[in-house]
Amino acid sequence: MIESIFKFFTTEPYWTLTRSILYLVGICIFVAANAAYLVWVERKGAGRFQRRPGPTESGPWGLLQPPADGIKLLAKQLMAPPGSDKILFWAAPLMVIAPPLVCLAAIPFGNNVLARDLNIGLLMVFSFGSINVMALMLGGWASRNKYAIISAARVVSQNVAYEIPMLLVVITIIMVTGTMNLQEIIVQQAGGFWNWNILRGIWDFSGGGWGHIGGNLLAPVTFLIFYICMLAETNRAPFDMAEAESELVAGAFTEYGGMGFGVFFMAEYANIVVGCALATILFLGGWQSGLGSGFGTLLTSWGVIGTVIGVGFFFAKMYFLIFSVVWIRWTFPRTQFYGLLNLSWKILIPISLFTLLLTSVLLKLPRLF
Amino acid sequence: MNLVTETFSGFLSLITGLRITIKQFFSPTITTHYPHQTLPIAKKFRGHIELKWNEETGKPNCTACNICAKACPSDCIVLDGIKPAGEKGKTVTSYKLDYTLCSLCSLCVEACPFDAIQHSNRYNLASVPNQWANMDLVQRYKDQVTRVGKTPYDPYAPAPAAAPAAEPAAPAPAPTAQP
Ligand code: SF4
Ligand code: SF4
Repeated sequence: MIESIFKFFTTEPYWTLTRSILYLVGICIFVAANAAYLVWVERKGAGRFQRRPGPTESGPWGLLQPPADGIKLLAKQLMAPPGSDKILFWAAPLMVIAPPLVCLAAIPFGNNVLARDLNIGLLMVFSFGSINVMALMLGGWASRNKYAIISAARVVSQNVAYEIPMLLVVITIIMVTGTMNLQEIIVQQAGGFWNWNILRGIWDFSGGGWGHIGGNLLAPVTFLIFYICMLAETNRAPFDMAEAESELVAGAFTEYGGMGFGVFFMAEYANIVVGCALATILFLGGWQSGLGSGFGTLLTSWGVIGTVIGVGFFFAKMYFLIFSVVWIRWTFPRTQFYGLLNLSWKILIPISLFTLLLTSVLLKLPRLF
Repeated sequence: MNLVTETFSGFLSLITGLRITIKQFFSPTITTHYPHQTLPIAKKFRGHIELKWNEETGKPNCTACNICAKACPSDCIVLDGIKPAGEKGKTVTSYKLDYTLCSLCSLCVEACPFDAIQHSNRYNLASVPNQWANMDLVQRYKDQVTRVGKTPYDPYAPAPAAAPAAEPAAPAPAPTAQP
């Protein structure tokens, strides 16, 4: 009986459906666990950076802190300010948490661990990523609070400013890799770590000889720009103008309380996960070990175990980036808004435009001779 | 050109900042986990006042002279004493401190001519106010003396047999009237 049911769901045409549902559940769990425990990581990290231990009282090493926070937030009454646009007000948190969930469907965590192998995965991630801005805008707008609206406008101008260099940088990557399929981009970075896009751009070691310059001489700078833009897009310190809890109360979220605010909070961490996963894929070789092609083929020959190890490499890189995000938050003070916009329009956009130009020239040059 | 050098030096300063914080990250924490651990309190810490006593006899120094109560600008002290049987001077029998009024100004300690009060080291007094609003310092003195293994001085005890002989000047050991 059970066997036949199992067989029913694991054979085509239903296997596709089962697989999708499994991934959906898996991604939801992944996002929830990450959002919850990244808060813990953030607090522990914040503590350690200030020579404090961070949460210690709830559970061993304070590990029960996230559930405690969650229960606290859930126990609070959900209130929309009178006169606010209720539908938009409650739609905003949902709209802010949905995109990272969708984006994760296209992100390959391992050799064949991905929900959907999209040819335009990169495009999809970015188009869904930009919904975030609109959701914040809606939240601020629907709050019927002038401070929230002003903050929301600030968020929009920030995110628009940083979307441009980010996309320019990503275009450079697309030009070098020639594909928008995220899995494909990772496969191209097989072999040693020198084949990762962060270095491959400088010198294409796989080809050898002149004319095999990877295309982007400024690849590490490109990575840096991507990273900075990722921080700004996810509204993380030092660019957390959206919230700025110490100066602006909570910016666009001023009127949200309880789980409404909690969802924004979770979305921030989910966005960080997506951003760092993307940085890992685009620049750090995704699930490739970076230990040379011999090790890579060995891993693929190991089947499931190899895949698991690959996923381990992916997570190691991704969580290192996430840690660096926390690290940066507790190192730098929040920038002024002028500084923030100046950084984008006067420094990041010119540099990324330049790298774009350089890349296109270097990609064309060999063909001219 | 200026912008380029500025950007570059700014970037370097960011790296410096990151280096400093990561060094802190890996150094041991310096937190005292308060309810589980406490730091020793400095001797000079000004807690609420308490009665001092003679280390040898275990008898409080206080003679119930009321100078401290008069010196106190906040009127927190109410005390009382008797002349114990066979003693020359008075001894405190009750010393009530309304700690909610006390400003820890130390005027009482300075005013006391017998060096009979001092500031205690108690700092963790958080509780419902009326649990410590009125402190009985005589009771505290008794507890403290008992804790070091001595018997607290009892002013109401009948005079020991030898005492009247040694001090014939002492009149009938009747408790004096309350001042
Ligand atoms: S410390 Fe000052 S306020 Fe407190 S009891 Fe002594 S004299 Fe009064
Ligand atoms: S504490 Fe000092 S000043 Fe106060 S009654 Fe006793 S002896 Fe007199």
